[in-house]
Amino acid sequence: MRVTVKLFATFREGRFKVEEKDLPDSSRVIDVLLPLNITPEEVAICLVNGRDVNEQHVLNDGDTIALFPPVGGG
Amino acid sequence: MGGYTGKVLRINLTEGKISTEPLNKELAKNYISGRGLAGKMFADEVPADVDALSPENKLFIASGALTGTNAPTSGRYMVVTKSPLNGVIASSNSGGQWGAHLKFAGYDMVILEGKAARPVYISISDDSVEIKDAAHVWGKDVYATTDILKQEFGDDKVKVLSIGPAGEKLSLISAVMNDLYRAAGRSGVGAVMGSKNVKAVLVRGTGKVENANADEMKNVLSATMAKLKENGVTGQGLPTYGTAVLVNIINESGIYPVNNFQESYDPDADLISGETMTANHLIKKDPCYRCPIACGRYSKWKGGEGAGPEYETVWVFGSNSGIHDFDAIHKANDLCNKYGLDTISVGATIAAGMELVQKGYIKQEELDGTPLEFGNADGMVEWVRKIAFAEGLGAKMALGSYRLAEIYGAPELSMSVKKLELPAYDPRGVQGQGLQFATSNRGGCHVRGYLISPEVIGMPEKLDRTVIEGKATWVKIFQDLTAVIDSLGLCLFSSFALGLSDYRALVNAVTGFNYTDEELLACGERIWNNERLHNLKVGYTAAEDTLPKRLLNDPIPEGPSKGQTIRLAELLPQYYIERGWSATGVPTPERLSSLGM
Repeated sequence: MRVTVKLFATFREGRFKVEEKDLPDSSRVIDVLLPLNITPEEVAICLVNGRDVNEQHVLNDGDTIALFPPVGGG
Repeated sequence: MGGYTGKVLRINLTEGKISTEPLNKELAKNYISGRGLAGKMFADEVPADVDALSPENKLFIASGALTGTNAPTSGRYMVVTKSPLNGVIASSNSGGQWGAHLKFAGYDMVILEGKAARPVYISISDDSVEIKDAAHVWGKDVYATTDILKQEFGDDKVKVLSIGPAGEKLSLISAVMNDLYRAAGRSGVGAVMGSKNVKAVLVRGTGKVENANADEMKNVLSATMAKLKENGVTGQGLPTYGTAVLVNIINESGIYPVNNFQESYDPDADLISGETMTANHLIKKDPCYRCPIACGRYSKWKGGEGAGPEYETVWVFGSNSGIHDFDAIHKANDLCNKYGLDTISVGATIAAGMELVQKGYIKQEELDGTPLEFGNADGMVEWVRKIAFAEGLGAKMALGSYRLAEIYGAPELSMSVKKLELPAYDPRGVQGQGLQFATSNRGGCHVRGYLISPEVIGMPEKLDRTVIEGKATWVKIFQDLTAVIDSLGLCLFSSFALGLSDYRALVNAVTGFNYTDEELLACGERIWNNERLHNLKVGYTAAEDTLPKRLLNDPIPEGPSKGQTIRLAELLPQYYIERGWSATGVPTPERLSSLGM
């Protein structure tokens, strides 16, 4: 399956802004994080199609994953 | 009693009389200072039915109990008065340096009463206070006024608070500015100062604010500073990217309003994000008094440089106006600072104007050749100028989006609550924040209770933004705690890292009041009820605890939150019960009595 991975803030440093990834079926968010050298503890906000999920969330073909370190404002 | 100076400066402009009086300590223990204490004094001194722009209105410029101390983020002050935009108690909050220096000069607050016969400014140098002629700066912008009056004062350390041309022309979306770029922005407080013929208030203080328990304060300081440093948002996110880092978070959540809230997701938002701003525009950080967070930005654009822009400003002149031109956003922001305007209300009014044109309510011939359409950046910047000087259609826009849309028979196109323009979050996709917008005493405002923190950012814990269970409780606690933080004179951003017990430790070390957590939070509840009672007195009812029709009736049309709606009809009764109010949103005698009101 194919998913879109979007990185934000410091996660972009040395990586990318947005990339498409091919993953085996039933992959989880953690399977996206590990090859990027991002630990689940570093992720403050993980959105899949805009909904907040954790690293064990099972992905589907066509999903968009947005990953943020701790950031905020107002 | 540390923290407080114990002295109030009262200036009757009609009579030219300057006096000082002791601060009411009993009232201060119950209402803290700033927004709380000045709000209570305002409600006691000013009849609810006065015209906000008449001499009978009073303007309180009040520091918080901890303003000017060594507590982190303690640079804030508030402008408390009757809002000319919507008649409620305005408490517009600003950072920078001015507030701390008012304390150094020896005053907890300044009260401006009456109306000067001609333009004046107030000069405060410790005990020496003068009312001076301001004919030479009347009509001048904030930057020029600051320069001229600083030179005239003859001491570079003087801090200047002033209005710009927008406040002089009584724009209902005008701000009180301080330290050049900082704004007590919301609710039209600049017009109240303008209506009194007061151009500026200068302050030079040489004193110091004492802590009641200096040893205890050392421990509390080191603990709170460590928390601010270790917290991901206050220690890394905000210092690195500023507030505009929210653009991508809110957009990816699908609650980022576009084109006057007609959509809620912007595929091009990253063009104007905090990440992009940091990479291409940032010159340096621009922190407020004693702030370890330093979210303030100083940045450059094609042809200029200056402060900001903040998240709300980026959004409102950007995606909410269909614009992705950072130079135009910077320019619009700079004009608002220069002319003394509230960026949120100005941008939202321009966006409402764009939709009024789009839907045929405003005819092309009314525009005098200046484009007013989504995506037109040059036109947008020019409309900011026209609003500041009330030129052509700009005179109607200077009254805010509600009155503008109402003039054209389409008030539902104003994205406001109680006539105050909403900030950059679509309430349909974030239930607690939606309830907070609807019940905020001053109208459409995110800083009366920032539920985005738990519902989107995940602090202090992550809540599901789409559910309503428990949200009424969260909203009440956030509103009450925010009233406390404001009244302490601390920055709301400190609350990403600090909680009620930290604030209690700080205020007790500074003032010696020895509050318990419950007593301190009760101060916040008292402040909230004082504001609510005033709202009821000026004629607001539960019917105004609502949202614009579009957000109430239609689901989010596209994007990650497509189909979501706000469940306000279910949330409101829960909220009134939580507050101990009647089913029609009126504080009950029992609840008021339990708060000692």
